[in-house]
This record gives sequence, C-alpha cells and structure tokens, in this order.
Amino acid sequence: MAEDVNILDELDGIQQAGLAALEGVSDEPGLQAWRTAHLGRSAPVMLAFTRLGQISKELRPAVGQKANQVKLTLEAALEERAEKIKTASLRQKLDTEQLDVTLPGRRPTLGRLHPATQALSEIIHIFEEMGFQEYRSPEVETDELNFELLNIPAHHPARDMWDTFHTTQPGTILRTHTSPGQIRAMRELCPKPIRVILPGMVYRYEQTNASHEMQFNQIELLAVGKNITMGDLKGTIQGFARRMFGEAVRVRMRPSYFPFTEPSADVVMECFVCGSKGCQVCKYSGWLEIAGCGMLHPVVLQNGGYDPAVYSGFAAGLGPERIALLKYQIDDIRYFWQNDIRFLEQF
Amino acid sequence: MKVPLSWLKDYVDIDLPLIELADVLTMAGLEIEGVTLVGLPNPYEQAGTPQRREVSIEGLSWDPDKIVVAQIDEVMPHPNADRLVLCRLNDGSGELVVLTGAPNLFDFKGRGPLAKPLKVAYAREGARLYDGHQPGLVLTTLKRTKIRGVDSFSMVCSEKELGISEEHEGILILDDDAPTGMALVDYMGDAVLEVNILPNMIRNASMVGIAREVAALTNKPLRSPQIILPAGGPAIAGKAKIQISDPQLNARFVLGMLEGAEQRPSPYKVQLRLRLAGMRPINAVVDATNYVMLELGQPLHAFDYDVLVKRAGGQTPTIITRAAHPGETLTTLDGVERKLDDFTVLVCDTAGALSLAGVMGGQESEITPATCNILLEGATWNFVNTRRTTHSQKLSSEAGYRFSRGIHPALAAEGVQLCLQRMAEWSGGVVYSGLVDEYPLPAVDPEAQISTADVQRLLGIELSAAEIAALLSKLEFTCRVDGDTVYAKTPPHRLDIGSGVIGRADLAEEIARIYGYDRIPATNMAEGLPDARADRPIQVEKQMRQALARLGLQEVINYRLTSPEREARLTAAQPETTPPGYITLKNPLSPERGVMRRSLLAAVLDTLEKNARLRDRLALFEIGPVFLPVDGKALPEEAPHLAIAMTGQRRPPTWDDRASTQMDYYDLKGVIESLLEAIHIGAVNFSPAEHPAFHPGKSAQVSANGVVLGTFGELHPQVKAQYDFLAPAVLAADFDLTALIQAAASRYEITPVPVFPPVLEDLALIVEESVAAADVEAAIRQGGGKLLTEVRLFDIFRGDQIGAGKKSLAYSLSYQAADHTLSPGEANQIRRRILRRVEQLVGAQLRS
Repeated sequence: MAEDVNILDELDGIQQAGLAALEGVSDEPGLQAWRTAHLGRSAPVMLAFTRLGQISKELRPAVGQKANQVKLTLEAALEERAEKIKTASLRQKLDTEQLDVTLPGRRPTLGRLHPATQALSEIIHIFEEMGFQEYRSPEVETDELNFELLNIPAHHPARDMWDTFHTTQPGTILRTHTSPGQIRAMRELCPKPIRVILPGMVYRYEQTNASHEMQFNQIELLAVGKNITMGDLKGTIQGFARRMFGEAVRVRMRPSYFPFTEPSADVVMECFVCGSKGCQVCKYSGWLEIAGCGMLHPVVLQNGGYDPAVYSGFAAGLGPERIALLKYQIDDIRYFWQNDIRFLEQF
Repeated sequence: MKVPLSWLKDYVDIDLPLIELADVLTMAGLEIEGVTLVGLPNPYEQAGTPQRREVSIEGLSWDPDKIVVAQIDEVMPHPNADRLVLCRLNDGSGELVVLTGAPNLFDFKGRGPLAKPLKVAYAREGARLYDGHQPGLVLTTLKRTKIRGVDSFSMVCSEKELGISEEHEGILILDDDAPTGMALVDYMGDAVLEVNILPNMIRNASMVGIAREVAALTNKPLRSPQIILPAGGPAIAGKAKIQISDPQLNARFVLGMLEGAEQRPSPYKVQLRLRLAGMRPINAVVDATNYVMLELGQPLHAFDYDVLVKRAGGQTPTIITRAAHPGETLTTLDGVERKLDDFTVLVCDTAGALSLAGVMGGQESEITPATCNILLEGATWNFVNTRRTTHSQKLSSEAGYRFSRGIHPALAAEGVQLCLQRMAEWSGGVVYSGLVDEYPLPAVDPEAQISTADVQRLLGIELSAAEIAALLSKLEFTCRVDGDTVYAKTPPHRLDIGSGVIGRADLAEEIARIYGYDRIPATNMAEGLPDARADRPIQVEKQMRQALARLGLQEVINYRLTSPEREARLTAAQPETTPPGYITLKNPLSPERGVMRRSLLAAVLDTLEKNARLRDRLALFEIGPVFLPVDGKALPEEAPHLAIAMTGQRRPPTWDDRASTQMDYYDLKGVIESLLEAIHIGAVNFSPAEHPAFHPGKSAQVSANGVVLGTFGELHPQVKAQYDFLAPAVLAADFDLTALIQAAASRYEITPVPVFPPVLEDLALIVEESVAAADVEAAIRQGGGKLLTEVRLFDIFRGDQIGAGKKSLAYSLSYQAADHTLSPGEANQIRRRILRRVEQLVGAQLRS
C-alpha cells in the first residue's frame, strides 16, 4: 500500500527530474537525447505505465491519471523547449547572413521622357481638364497662314517680331509660332465653338545662345464662341497658373502687342522660386513672364470664317521649355536639344 | 526709348514716386525696362534696399551736399605741371583753388579773372562719382591727395564722372544761368526711363507721346509745346518749290526756312537732354531737329539752302520726291555710296537725289560749319517703303525707326514750326514766315464706334457709354455718345485706329488699357464646352511614348534641321543614285542645319553617338516628324516616325557582376515586341529585311496585316563605320508612326483566367538550319489548336548528336482546356497532332 502511495511521489520526482534535465538542453541533438531519456519507451514515466497492473485497484486510476499528466507535461515542455531552440538557432543562422545594406542596389533601367515632353504633357493635361483639346498643325507652313491671315501683312513692322527661316520655295517658311494652327482649326471647325490647344515645335532665325534657340515648343490656346470675354481669358490663365504653380500664385496681365490679338497682353506671374520676394530667377522683380495672350483680332476671326460682330475669342501662347527653365533653374536653353544623357537623366 | 523724367515734366505734372510711375506706365503697355538715375536719389536705397525691385533702377545719385554748381572765376597755370591748371573757384560757400587737367579749360589759362565766370559741376571731398580714368562705370569716393605738390581734395567733373555720358575729354560746362552753390541734383538731377515702345505705339516714341499717356493715366492735363514763332520774318513764298510725284509714297511735304543761323553748340541743358535720350549733340541747328523729333515724334531734316540754290543754278530750288530709278546711287552723310532699290523713296532737287527719304540725309546737302541758311524739311513717308529701305540698306536711324512704323501727317507742319522756333532760339537767325506745304493725301482720322454691349462682350466689364467716352477722351478721342454707343473720332497724331469691326477692337484695347487690365475681373467661360473630337492617334502616340520609357528607353528630341551629309551616313553602304529632295532653307544659320530632316533614325543615331562614351548602356528613342517634299505642293508631307537606337551592355555592370554581355538584335527585337504588345498590335510578322542601313542578315521588317510598320536590326558595318562607336553592335529601328497607330487595336478581347490546371510538356524538334523559328512555332500552334495555350522556345541546340546542318529547338508547351482538366489521353492526342503538323510543314522530327 505504501509502495502504491510512493509511486505518486515517484512520478512527481520523474517530472521534476525531466523538467530539470530539459533546462540544460540547448540544441537539436540534446532534444533527441532528452526525448529518448524522458519520453522514450524505457523512460521512467513510460515504465510507470507498465507498472500500473501491479497497483491496487483503488489507487490505479489516480496513478494512471498522474502518469498521464506527467507525460503530457513533459511533452509540452519538450515542445516549448524545441520551439525556443529553433528560434534561437534560426536567429543565430540569420545573424551570420548580415548584408551590407548600404551597397548599391541592382537597378532596372529607368526610361524617361524628354523634359520638353514632360513639360508639354503637364501643360496639355491641365488645359485638357479645362476642356481644351489638342489640335495639331504643320511645322512647315505657308507665309499666308503664318503671317498674312494672322493680320501680319508683308512689310508690316510687326514682322520684325519674328525672325523667320525661309525655304527655297517662295512662300514656304518654317512656322515662327503655333498661331497658323488657329486659322487651320477655325477653318475646320467653323461655325462651331472652339476650345483647342495647339502644341508643337516652332522655329526662329536666331543665333543660338544660352537664352535663345532656333527651335522650341510652343503651346497655344484658342477659344472661340459667342460670349468669350477678356475676363474669361484672365480666368483661364489664372486657373492654369494655380494648377501649374500653386494655389497662392498671382497672375497679372500687362498690355502688350500682337498683331493677331486685340487687346493683347503679357501674362506675368509672381515668382514661384522666391515667392515674389525677389531672386535671381525673377531678376529681383518678383514677377516672371509666362505667356502672351489677347482677344482674337477681328481680322483673324474673319479669316477663320467667324463674324467678329457675333463671335469673340481669345488666344494665348506659352513656352514649355521656358517654364521648365524657370522651374528647374536650367541656365542654358540649348541643353534641351543637345540631348546629353547627363542632362536628360535628371528629369 | 530713353525718356528723361525732367523732359517729361515739361508737358505734364508728375507727382507719383518714380517706382509707381514706372508701374503705371508698364501696366498701360509702356513697359519700363529700367531706370538710370542721373543724379536723383535711388528710391530703393531710401526704402532700405529691399530685395524685390519691380523695376531695375541703376545709375548714380548725386549727394546734394557734396556735388554742387560752382563758378570758375579764374584759370591759373599749375606751378609744376604744364598739363594741369588751377582754378579759382567759388562753390557758393567760399573761394578755393581746385586743380584739374581738363583740356577745355586751357584756353582760359592765364587770362586773369574771367569776365564771365564758367559754371561747372563741382564735387567736394567724399563725393561718390564714377572714376573717369577707368573704362566702364567704376564707383569711387573723392579723397584728399597731393598732385604735383598741390593739395587736391575736390574736383570739377566731367560728364562721365557724373554718369551722364561717356564724355571725359573735358569737364562739363553748364549754362550761364546755373545758380552757384545750388546742389547739382536740384539744378539738373534726372532719371532716364527706358521705355519699350510696342510696334503699334509709335505715337508714343516721343516725349509728348509719353506725357500724353502719363496725363491720361494720372488724370493730369497735358501741356503741349507752344509754338510761338517770332513774327516779322520775310515770307517763304518763292524761296522753294515742292513736287511730289506719288502721294502714296509721300503724303505731305512741308518746308520752313531760317536765315542767318550761327553754327554754335546748343545750350548745355539741350545737350544734356539729347545725351540722356541717347543722341549725340552736334550743333544748335542739328540738335534742334533731333530735339524736336524726340519731343514730338516727327523726324526732320535740315538742308543747307545755299547748296540747293547752287545746285539749281542760282534758281529757286525745287524739291522733288520720287522712287529711286533703276541703278541710281546716293552717298549718304555717313559717307557710304548706296545702290538704291526701286522701292526707296528719295528727296531730290532738279540736280538729282539729296537724301534717302525718312532714313538718312545725303552728304552733299548736309549742314556744315559754314551753313547759315537752312531749309527745313518735315514730311510724311510711306511706312512700308521706309521699312524696306532701312532693311535693304541695313540702315537704322531714329528717323527710319519712326517713319517705318507710320507717322501722322499732321505732325509734319507742327514739327517744322516748333523746330524753327527752337533753332532760332539756340542758333540765332531769322525765321521766315509761313511754310511751303504740299499735302496731296490728307489724313482721314477714322471715327470708330463701340457700344456698352461690345465692351461687355469683349472685355467682360460693365461701363456706361459716358464712362467709355470719358476714358477715350483722356487719349484725346473726340467722343459723341448716342444711346449705348460711343462714336470716337481718332485724334490727329495716331494711325493705329481703324474703322468698323477693327476700329471697335482698337477702341476696346484703349478702353481696357486706360481702365486698367488689373481691374478686369477673372471669370470662367459662361459658354458650354464644344463637342469633343476623336483623337485616337494622339492617345496612341502618348501610350507609345510611355511604353518605351517603361521599357527602359530614354526619349530624346533633336533639331529637325540637319544636313544631307549627316543623313547620308545612313546610306553609306548603298549610296542613293539620285539625291533625295529636301525642304531646304534659304537662310540657314549654318550649313549643318540647312535642311529639314528626312530621317528620324539619322537624328537619333547622332545622339547615340554623342552619348556613346558616357554610358555602358544606351537605349534612346524619338517620336517626331520627318519632312518629305511633295512635288507641286507648297508644303511637305510631315510623316511622324519612331526611331530607336541602342548600344552597349544588356545590363549596366554592378559591383558583383561585371560581366558585359553586349546587346544584340534580339534585345532590340524584344523591345519592339513589348512595344507592339503594349499597344495591342497582334498578328505581327517579322521577315528578313533589305534596308541600306542594316546588316542584311541581322535585320527584319515588321508588318501587321500585310502593312509594313518598320524595319530594325543591327547597323550595317559600313554604316556603323561612319560613326564613332566602340561597341561591336549598334541596334536601330525606324518605324512609320502612322502605320503603328493604325495597326494598334482600339478594341481587343481577353481570355478568361483558366480554372483547370494545364498539362505541361517539353518537346525538342530537329529541323534543317534554314528553317525559321517563327515557322516552327506557327506549325506547332496549328497542330495544337485551341487547347495549346502557350509555346515558349527555351533552348536551341546544334551538334553531332543531331547531325550537321540541323538544329534542335526545344519548346515548353502548355495544354489547357477552359472547362475540364485534360486527361493523359487528350494530352497525347494534342502531342501527336503537333508532331504530325510540324513534320508536314517544316520537316521537323522529335528529338528522342
């Protein structure tokens, strides 16, 4: 009887001994050895089960329960221990795999659009959202479309405003502005109302230097309708400037002269570089010139097929490269078509 | 145009500070490009030198305490130096001795006390001036020193030292009425406004013109110069005759006369104004013509009357105006003998040409030091002819500048009279009474009209008819209001106002200008949006640009101007027998940029070459037009193209992988395949190409639905040799953008994502070397039918095991059905069909 009671104590001892032994186990082989020793076929707890038959009927359930409990406890402890060892050994392994995370990565080639394309797209996108659709027209133009129909007759003093590339074919020139597209768009779309943007390359007979190019992009805005006012022109330009340069930017229209618009204006905008406080970019004036614009001259409307007594409209011209020059503080406009990869890769 | 503030103030009261005046003018279309101070204080310095300066203000401010009017009472020799003199000078506070080397004082040396003291600009110790001895404008402060044993702590100034002009030959000598001791800035301090005159505002290329604008913008009265000619002179009648041969060329010709002029310098104040306005003073007679031109805007010309009489053989001179005869020449007063064009208008007499009308006088009849009798011309010339003459003669003059923009004929008489008055005042002499005035084509000053509704419709502002009339009246329009309409008669000093619809726009601009552009409210267009138009080509082009960038290519944009030689590099392997036609410039800036390009590829290759040494790998593309002349048409075809050029390593080397596999044909082909996929061009056919630029064995032509899209490949070695490339291969492509856009599917169908697993199988097929991979794949697809969902070539093998002249192509195939898992039997069946078909079509055997 006393022996029977002792077995319960013995089981407690087995559990304590097992758990104590487990404390010293620190790796996979140790775990295996411990499993054999404490949970294997001839482990003390297992032998306790085989001895159950020898135990009195009354005490047998209590001893059996106790043996089972000890086995479960040891198994649980083993599992816990195994998990700990696994984590620790993984950690150890990972610690040996430390990279120099500051070494440069293997970069897939990043393709880019040309900065002029990026500037054009940004501007076009803004105007498209305002309902202006892109309209394209030729770069090699007739004198008639580039000048005459835009109210710039031959020998008119205004012709001095554009230095022109002439071709060997009389009457054929490289367009000096995107404005001939106005006439083309009007003639195609008359008498419908118009809201188009005319982007594209224009040419000037001008020695190139840091601030002058013989070829550059222009974006022209054209709106024709029955009730289009100079206030609308101002609102449109102001909306554009806000989208392009920020909510706070203020624009101002100053009287200017273009033969194909009247009234005509230059658009100046508060310098976004210095916040109009005065800096090198705005030549300390606080203002940047960004566009020329005006209400369509009646002669131009007429040449486009619209009756100026009924229709009115406006036109505005912007230089995307000029805007990029200001925005990215590019000090030489020739960079654009020189296509030096060291320049292009910065955009 | 340079406008001295003091001159402006002769005609209008200006109480606005300088910066505000500049802003008011700029905001009215008279842009002030800058201000040069000549003595007056700098408002920015007075305001603590802010960083923001809306108008650039430069120049010298004269310290009122240190720079004053002084008088030289005696000029004495220097005891130790011949080239220096000592001046006994009074600066208002007392007498002192000042040393100077000014040569224009030497005449007075040793004459004892001067009967009439010389008035000069005197700078005391510590004055800030420009250094007269250094080129350019270098500021210096006057310090006490000893020159040749004589104390020197102050000086009498030259114009250069005061920032008036470059003149440093002698000191400036003021008019006699200059008050001794007065601060120089108070006596003659000025500020010169640089006004940008717009091409349609030539009426404002004068002091009175700008004063008129200031008056209108600041609500002040304009004080036009008063013409008060001395009475009692002999009558001009019979002294000269005028013959105008074509009134279209010469609408008006006015002559006035002055007898007994003395050739002497103008008063200093006149000289000063001319200098500040950018003209050189000559003598009182010539200065008067220039002064009145700057004052009124009417150019004038003075003839030596006695020369004209002599040329007329002692008879009454007859002035004749006409176009130049063929082959006619004239020596102008700059000494150049000029061959004249038939559009050049001349002022002649019976003996021949005297001057280029409205541009430059002739040498023979010009004013000389001996001239005392003057015939003064004020005329009106056709602006087109004047403009053409200034261009063809490459002659720019103040007169030509004004006449080539159109001067109102009313100014001719006014100008002659005012000039005679000034000449008589400055050079003496007797003014003849009356004018000889031929005016065959009188100006008609249009009456334009504008209604309140027009103002609302064009400007977006609401003004009453009375308000409109009031605005226009400020600019001297004579206005009549009838209901809602204002009838405005153009004042007789401007030619830029039209009638009808043009006149209305002209008035709208003037109303907006005087009302103020700033006051026009910014509004949104009330009208609805017009109908949208389909613009698929533009959208596809945009997609292509983006796809190419995503594929790792850098976009470039080249000059469209090039040279045939540059483009001929592309055809070096096979030069063209007839040179291609180009859009050729008549006035190229350089021969390298003399024609519009025909080849976009040539342009991109140029760029690739320029950058080749900068990067291990380069892949560039450009989208843009080429220009192909069309027989019998004024304009060329502007065909948009896409060109690609690549060279160098497949991947840029990294720190752990320095292997440098060079790009080849298949790298470019991959880019093209991906591009075509991006814009959904299906059923593409690649076939060997014959193209002069490319390696015949390593190039292909791409077509879709029988339409050629473009050609690409490795550059022909002879073409590549034209360039400076180190890499073994340069890959290039040239595509017709329009064909690509047309081939791009606007609509395509997708296949459902499969639910049932595929059966995967690898097949190695042995074919003759000459068989194209594309044909093998086509045969596999034909045999496999719809259940064959993927074909991927994963290996090519050549070797003894399969026999010479043969190759083994290994494919990884996927068989898959949309509605069930394929059974092994079904897969086998597909496999058998494929093997049968490839044997039939390309003679392929299964490699076992």
